[in-house]
Amino acid sequence: MTLSSSWHCFKGILVREFLRFVQQRSRFLSALIRPLLWLIVFAAGFRAALGIAIIEPYETYITYEVYIAPGLCCMILLFNGMQSSLSMVYDREMGSMRVLLMSPLPRPYLLLCKMVATALISLTQVYAFLVIALLVEVEPPLIGYLTVLPALMLVAMMLSSLGLLLSTRIKQLENFAGVMNFVIFPMFFLSSALYPLWKMQEASEWLYWLCQVNPFTHAVELVRYALYSQLNTDALIITAGATLLFSAVAVTGFSPQKGNGRG
Amino acid sequence: MSIEVNHISFRYGPRQALKDVSFKLTEGGFHGLLGPNGAGKSTLFALMTRLYALQQGEITIHDQSIRKQPAQIMRRLGVVFQQSTLDLDLTVKQNLLYHASLHGISAREAAPRIEQELTRMEMMDRANDKVRGLNGGHRRRVEIARALLHQPNILLLDEPTVGLDPQTRRALNQHVRKLCAEDNLTALWATHLMEEIKPDDPVILLHKGEVMVDGQASRLLELANETDLTEAFHSLTGTKEVA
Repeated sequence: MTLSSSWHCFKGILVREFLRFVQQRSRFLSALIRPLLWLIVFAAGFRAALGIAIIEPYETYITYEVYIAPGLCCMILLFNGMQSSLSMVYDREMGSMRVLLMSPLPRPYLLLCKMVATALISLTQVYAFLVIALLVEVEPPLIGYLTVLPALMLVAMMLSSLGLLLSTRIKQLENFAGVMNFVIFPMFFLSSALYPLWKMQEASEWLYWLCQVNPFTHAVELVRYALYSQLNTDALIITAGATLLFSAVAVTGFSPQKGNGRG
Repeated sequence: MSIEVNHISFRYGPRQALKDVSFKLTEGGFHGLLGPNGAGKSTLFALMTRLYALQQGEITIHDQSIRKQPAQIMRRLGVVFQQSTLDLDLTVKQNLLYHASLHGISAREAAPRIEQELTRMEMMDRANDKVRGLNGGHRRRVEIARALLHQPNILLLDEPTVGLDPQTRRALNQHVRKLCAEDNLTALWATHLMEEIKPDDPVILLHKGEVMVDGQASRLLELANETDLTEAFHSLTGTKEVA
């Protein structure tokens, strides 16, 4: 594998993902509607029920919308990561997976390219969301939009590698509904995306403990701090560690040999 | 560019799909891989293209092992799958550029090759059309053009004419035969339709996961004591022709 052939390969995968993304505008819109419903509707109803004290990285009292925005950014990455990884292996995209695997380049590299390309496309959705969030006064400092970029990229990689890992290891998670119930919702609700963890601790110690071991919590905190140009080192270490672990297990355990073959 | 398949066996759980399959394809020319549905043709293709990992046996292409030198082998293989693997929402050219990039070929280098292959397949005027707008026969031609972009020596086609009308089937078959003659390409064409096979074609007949015949297609006529290849095929495999 030469440097130039691997670069052309990555570029090709990225261009294809981008072209598909441009073609599927309705998918882009529906990916935005979900977090916007949470931000505009859910947060409006819920803000009265939840008073938030001044917590890091915020310097003053914040509205509930401001609090949940980083979690919703991660929610976009969570849905996209799971969806693309699963479809990569099982759905009608099985055909395109075959094409990908016909490449003479090493399979771990191909999968990595695919994950990075998906992550980059997801980032455009997150930024579109952050622009719309300005309307409800989620206004992080301007530099925050830049400092949050590497954090979002890392989180996107963590979630798409998790998706790939689950899809290759757990046969029962073939359909997206199963993934929603058993992966996306537990990960999202058992995290600091919608409520600070001290609130959770007040309610239940063991739920708090579950939130703490959920890598998604640390991903959300990494993004929350980065959006305000601060580095949460613990969150970075845990998110990066989880990304490495998930990628290594997913890529080494990957096999396109699924389901029943035919004559 | 010889292909050797040595003692391949493959199981899907309890079901044995291939049983001690061995054959050798000589360099250049059109070869048929025959067998009724479920005979193991697609499984064999999946093994030859590394979609499935070998369980038993070995496949070598020009003395290179598919286990040990997969990258070299993939460079030499062009594949047309049974089901279309084109991206319907992208144009013909975008699909081909994507394939070229997967083989590490730059867009600049790919452009003349795409033009050459599409012209050869008489599809150049459709280069900027979305694949969704093409009929089945044209999609197949694009897939063959795609499989040849990285200039492989071997072309594997897994029932490439499924779902096509007889006229298109014939044209596609002739196209591939012409490619073999022009480029000294080794083609392995899997089918259960005997009208795609000529009596002097070298063929391998798979039946219930085993090699039943390895030789010229006319051997089927001798074995079945028939004068027509289709009749001979049905007689040997115990299948009835479905119109």
